Amino acid sequence: MSDITKQTLTELVENIKNKKLSSTDVTKAFIDRSEKSEKLNAYITNDFTSALDKAKKFDQNPNFDLKLPGIPVAVKDLFCTKNIKTTAGSKILNNFVPTYESTVTENIWNEGAILLGKLNCDEFAMGSSNETSFFGNVQSPIDENLVPGGSSGGSASALAAQLTPVTIGTDTGGSIRQPASFTGIVGLKPTYGSCSRYGIVAFASSLDQAGPMAKNVNDCALLHEVISSYDPKDSTSIDFKRSHYSKELTNNIKGKKIGIPKEYRVDGMPKEIEDLWQKGIQYINDCGAEIINISLPNTSYALPTYYIVAPAEASSNLARYDGVKYGFRAKGENLIDMYEKTRSEGFGAEVQRRIMIGTYVLSSGYYDAYYLKAQKVRRLIKNDFDEAYKKVDAILTPSTPSSAFKIGEKTNDPVSMYLNDIFTVPVNLAGLPGISIPAGHDSKGYPLGLQIIGKAFDEQNILNIAYAMEEKINFKNKITDWWIK
Amino acid sequence: MSKKDSEYLINRKDNQYEVVIGLEVHAQILSDSKLFSTSATKFGAEPNTQVSLVDAAFPGMLPVINEFCVKQAIKTGIGLNAKINKRSVFDRKNYFYADLPQGYQISQFKDPIVGEGKVILDMPNGRKEIGIERLHLEQDAGKSIHDLDPQNTFVDLNRSGVALMEIVSKPDLRSPDEVNAYIKKLRSIMRYLGTCDGNMQEGSLRADVNVSVRSKGSKEFGTRCEIKNVNSIKFMQMAIEYEANRQVDLIEEGKTIDQETRLFDTKKNETRSMRSKEDAHDYRYFPDPDLLPLVVSEKFIEELKNDIPELPDDKKKRFIEEFKLSPYESNILVSDIDTAKYFEEVVAKMGKNKDIKLAVNWITGELFAVLNSKGLEISQSPVSAKNFAILINLIKNGTISGKIAKTVFELMIDGDNDPQKIVEEKGLKQQSDPKALEALIDKIINDNRQKAIEYKQGKEKLFGFFVGQAMKASGGKANPQLINEILKKKL
Repeated sequence: MSDITKQTLTELVENIKNKKLSSTDVTKAFIDRSEKSEKLNAYITNDFTSALDKAKKFDQNPNFDLKLPGIPVAVKDLFCTKNIKTTAGSKILNNFVPTYESTVTENIWNEGAILLGKLNCDEFAMGSSNETSFFGNVQSPIDENLVPGGSSGGSASALAAQLTPVTIGTDTGGSIRQPASFTGIVGLKPTYGSCSRYGIVAFASSLDQAGPMAKNVNDCALLHEVISSYDPKDSTSIDFKRSHYSKELTNNIKGKKIGIPKEYRVDGMPKEIEDLWQKGIQYINDCGAEIINISLPNTSYALPTYYIVAPAEASSNLARYDGVKYGFRAKGENLIDMYEKTRSEGFGAEVQRRIMIGTYVLSSGYYDAYYLKAQKVRRLIKNDFDEAYKKVDAILTPSTPSSAFKIGEKTNDPVSMYLNDIFTVPVNLAGLPGISIPAGHDSKGYPLGLQIIGKAFDEQNILNIAYAMEEKINFKNKITDWWIK
Repeated sequence: MSKKDSEYLINRKDNQYEVVIGLEVHAQILSDSKLFSTSATKFGAEPNTQVSLVDAAFPGMLPVINEFCVKQAIKTGIGLNAKINKRSVFDRKNYFYADLPQGYQISQFKDPIVGEGKVILDMPNGRKEIGIERLHLEQDAGKSIHDLDPQNTFVDLNRSGVALMEIVSKPDLRSPDEVNAYIKKLRSIMRYLGTCDGNMQEGSLRADVNVSVRSKGSKEFGTRCEIKNVNSIKFMQMAIEYEANRQVDLIEEGKTIDQETRLFDTKKNETRSMRSKEDAHDYRYFPDPDLLPLVVSEKFIEELKNDIPELPDDKKKRFIEEFKLSPYESNILVSDIDTAKYFEEVVAKMGKNKDIKLAVNWITGELFAVLNSKGLEISQSPVSAKNFAILINLIKNGTISGKIAKTVFELMIDGDNDPQKIVEEKGLKQQSDPKALEALIDKIINDNRQKAIEYKQGKEKLFGFFVGQAMKASGGKANPQLINEILKKKL
């Protein structure tokens, strides 16, 4: 079967259960394609040899009751994986091999999946283009020299290029949804507290959330079902009743009320994004759901708020990378000198910029004006959503204000880079679930995504809406395999 | 001693200065595991053998609050008559140091778990109330070892993440003696509660001491200096004395006192500047996003209240009322929980016909002396409360004299021997048969006719000689009261 890597997760699971394919067949196919796709630079570390061993072992003694029986999966290199190097895209963790497994990846392996390797990402997940990775740019399979988005750029690229059937990313301000939108795939940022943060290299603890990335909504629901769990090892994990997202998936969204927030029409937004949004509204109507115009008045404050809260937490979370215990250490004259050299050489420019912003906004004399105020605005943004959800069941917006851009296009203009997250950060600040689904192409043929934002813990609802829309949109990703000779 | 006389004042030419002291006591919570991890907390373990991935701040590791430590802090708050805050918040205190793996210490800054309270001190000139400002939970750091290698510093993370209670007093203390009494009282309360073992040698209890001085009678506070991390009461007292005098000297010379952090050099007996206010760290406190605010219910607090044992102040009151002890005696017995336990066990074992005063005298006298000379705690007493009670009863019911009792006590120490058996085996039972004693005394008077005559002529001192002779002849076993009576009659 030459088209193994084109199959959806659901198809692969079916074929393995029906013994039409073995785990070895599937694993081999993805490894072969991954090996031919080095040009994309999607992987930081591969674990192909042991993946094949695990696949053979699975085939010798298969357990078809599992949800991901013998399915090979590559994951973002922000998830700690036992005995496999975990770098977070940074030089400072270039030699770091965890002795432990993150809860989210553990959940995947427990359902029979097999680790293919660790995927490239922006350094410490700080970036929107995967250009801040110590391990180099990731190419988008959509077009040469196009960014796949970020920070889960390696994950998006690998999935869209069929190097892994599904993958997981992390989303602090849009790091799953924006690259999903840029590469024509589905990406879900779950409700804060839905997926455990245990074993995920932290960026901004109050915003970080792991989530599934998949070729379609059904696969996304299935993977989400596997990774979402209550975990006592994460004090912010929430013990709520999780549904069988894939089993309960339905395209019947008749009577659902979908809000359209006027504040998401931003200055300078390309017409094709507006057109896409209108198309989305049409699809919603076609599905028998009701469109309601709403207002989220504090939306314009979300980005500045995010760029205070996230760096503040990051500046503290990254203090542990000091050269003392693990990771990269530069030689120094004394302790302070060693710290300075280790952190100057070990962290890239974007990470250093955010550490400095974060340190500044928490400093005495500035704390009230920045951090405290940002926390108050964050509350207002959440209140906006709470108000809106009195009237609607979900909210439809574009995922990004533009399609993917060229590598290098925005690297010297951090603010323009940050603006990419304008539609995604409010969701993180409010702790809500949001899903990006591919909804069309721009004039250059690059994918564009629509975002559906749900109520807290209402992933089932936004998955259903996405599922219903997916059917109407009938999106086809244009992958030409340009990188394979 | 009048209140005036007992005031601790520093005198210079025409001026008298009062010393104002506030303490930040760091008390290690008695808990088998750390504040946010399950690692052990045993003292003296091999370096880096009690360290989890959380304690060493590995990537992706998250803190999970130890409920037991929360209970311990609340219990301590109740023991300090303090307000328990149903909602408290953990903050990060950010700074870099090699033995601080996270790069921040998890502490409580704006919203501590325990608010205002008070502690009562029994000073020679009366009771004194010391206000408690707050008690908060925090993690300890690891330990940097600088003296094992000329080039390198070693780091031991066994302490990293161990739960501490920081107990902040109001600036209500006025002398080294009050500091002594305050620390002892805090330690006593926490030992009663079982929330801190108070062991200063092992670092379970240490304090930052804030000292300022002001002209006697002044209401304004002077500029304070903080003396960091002093780990014995004696050093605290020495540091305060040095520091107060240093500040007074500066004022007398017309100089100003800089607000700063100082270190106490125990070898030179002086405080030295560590960093000035300008160099003070900016800790960039902010709520720890890995932890939700700590919320406890009224019921949770009530259940802990029901679990609070009788504390030293109440026990003292009861001892005075129930056992008719003096406040002084009660203080001695209640200040250490193990002494109080021992005493109460002795009282219980003595049964109906008991002599509590006698027991107290023997505990504070003979027993304390033995413990002292052997360097033992009362919990390690070589004589059990049960056998101790038997001994006291033997004295009380006249079986042995106080003097013989001392001999018996000596014989009990080795192996907690039963005093009853010792008395029987060694034939130490008091001789109380009047006929036998009369015969014995007749013989002594006969042998010492000349002295008997002298006594009758008025040389009364000689009475003691006859008592001595009688005791000697009886091998010390004669009932001294009977001897006295018979001698008076016969002479």
